[in-house]
Amino acid sequence: MMTDILSVLTAENLLFLLDGLKMTIFYAGSTILLSICLGLILALLRSYSLGFWGKLAAMYIEVLRNTPLILWILGIRFLTPIPPLWSGVVSLTLFETAIIAEIIRGGLGGIPKGQFEAGHSQGFTFLQVLRFIVVPQCFRSIVPALLSQVITIVKDSSFLWAVAIEEFTGKGMILMGRFTSTAQVFTLFALMAAVYFTINFLLSAAVRRQSAKTGRKPTLEDLSAVTA
Amino acid sequence: MKTSPFSLDKWLRFFTNWEAMAEGFTRTLVIALLSLTLALAVGVVLGILSSSNNKALRRAVRCYVELFQNIPLVIQIYFFYYVLPYAGVVMDQFAIGVLGVGLYTGAYISEVVRTGIQSIPTGQMEAAKSQGFTYVQAMRLIILPQAFRLILPPLTNQAVNLIKNTSVLAIIAGGDLMYQADSLAASKLFYGPAYVTTGLLYFILCFPLSTMARKLEQRMHRKAAAPVAVSKKAPAQALAAPQTQMGGI
Repeated sequence: MMTDILSVLTAENLLFLLDGLKMTIFYAGSTILLSICLGLILALLRSYSLGFWGKLAAMYIEVLRNTPLILWILGIRFLTPIPPLWSGVVSLTLFETAIIAEIIRGGLGGIPKGQFEAGHSQGFTFLQVLRFIVVPQCFRSIVPALLSQVITIVKDSSFLWAVAIEEFTGKGMILMGRFTSTAQVFTLFALMAAVYFTINFLLSAAVRRQSAKTGRKPTLEDLSAVTA
Repeated sequence: MKTSPFSLDKWLRFFTNWEAMAEGFTRTLVIALLSLTLALAVGVVLGILSSSNNKALRRAVRCYVELFQNIPLVIQIYFFYYVLPYAGVVMDQFAIGVLGVGLYTGAYISEVVRTGIQSIPTGQMEAAKSQGFTYVQAMRLIILPQAFRLILPPLTNQAVNLIKNTSVLAIIAGGDLMYQADSLAASKLFYGPAYVTTGLLYFILCFPLSTMARKLEQRMHRKAAAPVAVSKKAPAQALAAPQTQMGGI
């Protein structure tokens, strides 16, 4: 049994898994950065534009939020000529942008209207009010919600294995195929679960610390915005 | 010439296979309903336990929630499908779908229930006890009915997440809508129509629910914003108000 466990935890296997972990971090990291930028644009459009662009943003958000991620991963992979590596970034970003847009929109909704009036009275243009007054406050208030979504994105990246992108889950399942004993399979599996757990638990501890810092505990609405 | 992924020919071939899609859709629906039932049961029980006074109980629930929320659903599903058989526990994909998605969503629902219970002023429990209610009676007759109204929007959103998450079964050949669409598309080469229709079907299931959740949330906001009038409805308005700064995680 001990030899079985040790046969899983060889340097070679651990390095193999580490490659996958790097990919997971690459996918999660680039998705977070891209979807915060794009999500901000969509949230601003949906919140402040009543015309065509606002409606388009709302439509995009509703369509993406009400369909499963795996559908977009498969669709982008098999219906577009985007190469496999980037199709993962594109599909994750498309999907998470919609969710982050709603989180940002929630933050924008909490900014009192008086802030705009005050800004205008000081000679700020609409865009300047957004840039210097509204958006910075909004981001400060949604840090916990955004961090929660980072956890979801790390977890969501494991869906990429559905199109054979070898992130952490993928590498783990490839290794899994080489093992046959119960102890080996359980060891490898426990290792995979423990790695995800550690990353996400640290992130969720950060969420709690942030919430404590602002003195504002998560409300039911915050829980509503969090996707599983 | 390369044919479009959405050519008429592909649509026609796709529609001759509608029965397989209908089968997948029904299966997704049944799995979603059963796992939602399980998730609600797990969520309500754990939610109540985590707002109890017993520290050991609260800690045990905390472990469950952290464990299920911080490990990807894909990994949990693989655990049931790939690892448990090594320990002699073999389940078919249907059972894995109900159990896996149900236990996962249960962790999220328990957080919603806990936050809901904690948002009811503690005075209510004290008042009930002073009137001779036991803890269980007070919970069932006084706290939970009030909390339920508050948690309906996030609960509905969790139901939407649950429906979307049943698509994880596609990775273990679960026979659900996503799997049926994908395997059909791969074998008959009509990815375009299959994926578009699948998206539409999930949208039809999820959009009404998420719209309802938003409407309910907006109504609570309006109630919270309105001045509390002295009327028979006053308790409901007063309840909606503490939502902005209730206790939580």
